[in-house]
Amino acid sequence: MTTDHVELRSGAYADSVTLLQVSRAVQAAPGVVAAQVAMATGLNLEVLIGMGFEVPASSPNDMVVALRLEDDADVATALAAVDAALVPTRPSSGDTTQAPPRTTGSALRHGGPGAVVLVSVPGASATVEAMDALEAGHDVMVFSDNVPVAEEVALKTYAATRGALVMGPDCGTALLDGVGLGFANAVRPGRIGLVAASGTGCQQLLTLLHHAGATLDGVGVRHALGVGGRDLSSAVGGLATREALRRLDADADVDLVVVVSKPPAPEVAEALAREAEALSTLVELGLLGRGQRDLTAVAEAVLARLGHEAPQWPVHGADNTGPATGPLLRGLFVGGTLCDESMLMAAEALGPIRSNIPLSDDLALGEELIVDDHVMVDFGDDALTQGRAHPMIDPTLRNEQIARAAADPATGVILLDLVLGHGAEPDPAAHLAPAITAARSERAIPVIVSLVGTDLDPQGLDAQRDALVAAGAEVHLSNAAATRRALDLLSRTSGRTEGAHQ
Amino acid sequence: MSTSVVTVGAGMFADAVAGQAVDVERVDWRPPMPGTQDDLAAVATDRRRPEANRRAVEAMLGVTAHLVDVAPASEVLGLEKGQFLHAGPPIEWERTSGPLRGALMGGAALEGLVEDPEDAVALFESGSSVSLEPCHHRSAVGPMAGVVTPSMWMWVLEDRATGKRTYCSLNEGLGKVLRYGAYGPDVLTRLRWMGDVLGPLLQAAVRGTEEATDVTGILTQMLQMGDEAHNRNRAGTLMLLRDLSPAMVGSIEGGGFASKDVADVLRFVGGNDHFFLNLAMPACKLALDAGRDVPGSTMVVAMARNGTDFGIQVSGTGDQWFTGPAQVAEGLFLGDYGPDDANPDIGDSAITETAGIGGFAMATAPAIVRLVGGSVPDALATTRRMHEITLAENPRWSVPVLEFQGTPTGIDVSKVCRTGILPQINTGMAGAVAGVGQVGAGLVTPPAEIFPQALAALAQAVPGRSL
Repeated sequence: MTTDHVELRSGAYADSVTLLQVSRAVQAAPGVVAAQVAMATGLNLEVLIGMGFEVPASSPNDMVVALRLEDDADVATALAAVDAALVPTRPSSGDTTQAPPRTTGSALRHGGPGAVVLVSVPGASATVEAMDALEAGHDVMVFSDNVPVAEEVALKTYAATRGALVMGPDCGTALLDGVGLGFANAVRPGRIGLVAASGTGCQQLLTLLHHAGATLDGVGVRHALGVGGRDLSSAVGGLATREALRRLDADADVDLVVVVSKPPAPEVAEALAREAEALSTLVELGLLGRGQRDLTAVAEAVLARLGHEAPQWPVHGADNTGPATGPLLRGLFVGGTLCDESMLMAAEALGPIRSNIPLSDDLALGEELIVDDHVMVDFGDDALTQGRAHPMIDPTLRNEQIARAAADPATGVILLDLVLGHGAEPDPAAHLAPAITAARSERAIPVIVSLVGTDLDPQGLDAQRDALVAAGAEVHLSNAAATRRALDLLSRTSGRTEGAHQ
Repeated sequence: MSTSVVTVGAGMFADAVAGQAVDVERVDWRPPMPGTQDDLAAVATDRRRPEANRRAVEAMLGVTAHLVDVAPASEVLGLEKGQFLHAGPPIEWERTSGPLRGALMGGAALEGLVEDPEDAVALFESGSSVSLEPCHHRSAVGPMAGVVTPSMWMWVLEDRATGKRTYCSLNEGLGKVLRYGAYGPDVLTRLRWMGDVLGPLLQAAVRGTEEATDVTGILTQMLQMGDEAHNRNRAGTLMLLRDLSPAMVGSIEGGGFASKDVADVLRFVGGNDHFFLNLAMPACKLALDAGRDVPGSTMVVAMARNGTDFGIQVSGTGDQWFTGPAQVAEGLFLGDYGPDDANPDIGDSAITETAGIGGFAMATAPAIVRLVGGSVPDALATTRRMHEITLAENPRWSVPVLEFQGTPTGIDVSKVCRTGILPQINTGMAGAVAGVGQVGAGLVTPPAEIFPQALAALAQAVPGRSL
């Protein structure tokens, strides 16, 4: 027998990442069978109900502490563990009358000039904090997603009057003079500047160019300015891209600028191409889309512009991979652009792909993510992150779906990504490797992983790669190469199947 | 490109930046007041707002209040018999609280509308030949009940740059006084003496003082002398006496005033540590009125209580009041009085906090922190906390113990809704029953809901609102 204890704490707040860590810490406490400490958002309530907890009426501003205890366990001890885990680890200045700032504006009031503001509050509050930064004349990176496009336009229009840069909303990655913000890989500085309307697209380029730069002088990224995935849409019209290009063009230490984006609006892409022509710095446009180059091809074009040949992109664990075990592709991604890139390539080879970020509306997935068709899922999409942490931090949802895909006999290949760098989990392979091992325990389903990282990343590229290979995966640095490999495996299966029919 | 990073949101990203040996300042962000997110975004992206708030703050900080006259309310406000001004937002007799009733009853007797103050109840119930109006609607402010009748003498303050004026009655002292709802014979006797002796002599003194007293300047000095200008006005009162005494003495020969009256006035003023409050308040109002009516501005221009409702007015929403139930202060009680004896918050004196002093400048008045039930660290923390909800720092009004940081100035409706931090008000407490007078002093905040109300009105007023 176990007993449940559920309590609401009105007025208490911690961000979703902190609460995830708190929940984990409390789960490890003696006598605790299950524990979930979360803000009472719709999604979190679903999780709690799914765990079998009864939650009283609450508002999203309440914190829910839900504990399942062994019958002889002491509730007070478990709650003490919750309280201990919730205590912020902020360094104390010793002056109890000097509280930390409560708004971005307050933090900037006495701050030095040039501070960059990183906003990662829930989307509904992100615009307000970002405006504080712009009003004070500071650049701002808005990691938050779920920000209405009208607010994005308002922010970027105002920023233009202040000469400030808005990176985002939904900007996952930025690298400013070697300092990574959000999810960013640690790289050797070089003479390339990136403008990225795509977080993981930016990370793929950072890691490919870092790999190539190991032996090539000056090949490496100095700044990567994120602009947010919608910047090149008709609504936003490239407002941030324009400012980012202006900055990089003015930087004497930048020889070449690369613009990388998810599929842009055609008229915005045209205008951008015209403006790029007018700059004094070389610009390479890496705009994704049907019939466009993949990210690896863009990296290769950059190398060619700088007079270098592309290296052989590394692959490890190819021996693990046998033939496809069924007709269908299961792409389960934490990186939106990586998912997009793979989907564009796969659609050419396989035809229609169902997705939560589909190439056309009729291919959209509903609640069910693993359906009887080729599937590509972006677990970092707004709809799947509302009220919970990004999959680069909380792998639970993707791991569940990996197990579901493995259980489906039609699954032929599982295609995954794993992203390293600042901001990501300290040891993401430790969460993914067991899921891969489990997926391959019944049948040797080929698991192809693009591992986006560098040897300077805090997680250590080699250790992460070795763990995945040991679990049975085939690991690529290039997502395009990984995708090509998956498609090749599937085409050979379907070839055999067709042969059997003849 | 960058030298440091400010993070707001997930602590993990701050850790990741700190891990790269870069300075990080972390904002202690918490969700805004419930239901305000959309309005906050609409107001944040209102293109008029940054400039509007800058204009409102500049206008407010640009005002210097000079003491230019003392005269009866009938003359300077055109107040007629039967017209009563009161503190706070508009209210009708039926909803008035004990102390406001008591003050109105005493005021009716003072004006000769009734013999016995008790008879005034029927008069106000009938509503015939009497009318109630907020002081704020007549460019005036009144402490506690804030009742002003035509025969009461008023301080007249002027912003010489614009010629705009504000008004406030003369302070009666502490204890059983009209503004706390007392209306006994002593109260009326004192009020009559104030009308017969104090008012005329102060008028002669003000008119006879060559260099008009700079009330804003006295506020600057008293904030460095341990006054926060709401619950402690000792230094300010003495500086006023210093300025007016020569002309008062001169009026014995020049104006035919009796030396005994002059001595009584000097004793009365010198013995009333709160005498200057009635100059601090109209000086604050004069400054705040200059910040009124700037479209798009989220700055609070008045906080006022009538003993029943607490109301605010905001620069960007004109004369509209946003009201909620006034709260009972927490603090210390006189004698045998306790929390059950206290009336909810009352008075226009929260104009001082609206202007950035009073509770907002608590750090500069450690001598009275215990009067309002606090400690010195509480006082420092309070002033610092008020900087979280204000738009600017006052360069003239500074707090020595905080390294001469300017007082937190210009309450921002948005910031209150974002942080949930409510303005901190130092206040006196009136007895709940008419006639009792003062029962204590303490700290109080506005009802939280009036800020989301005001925010919603600001959001509604955003041009072309499409969000």
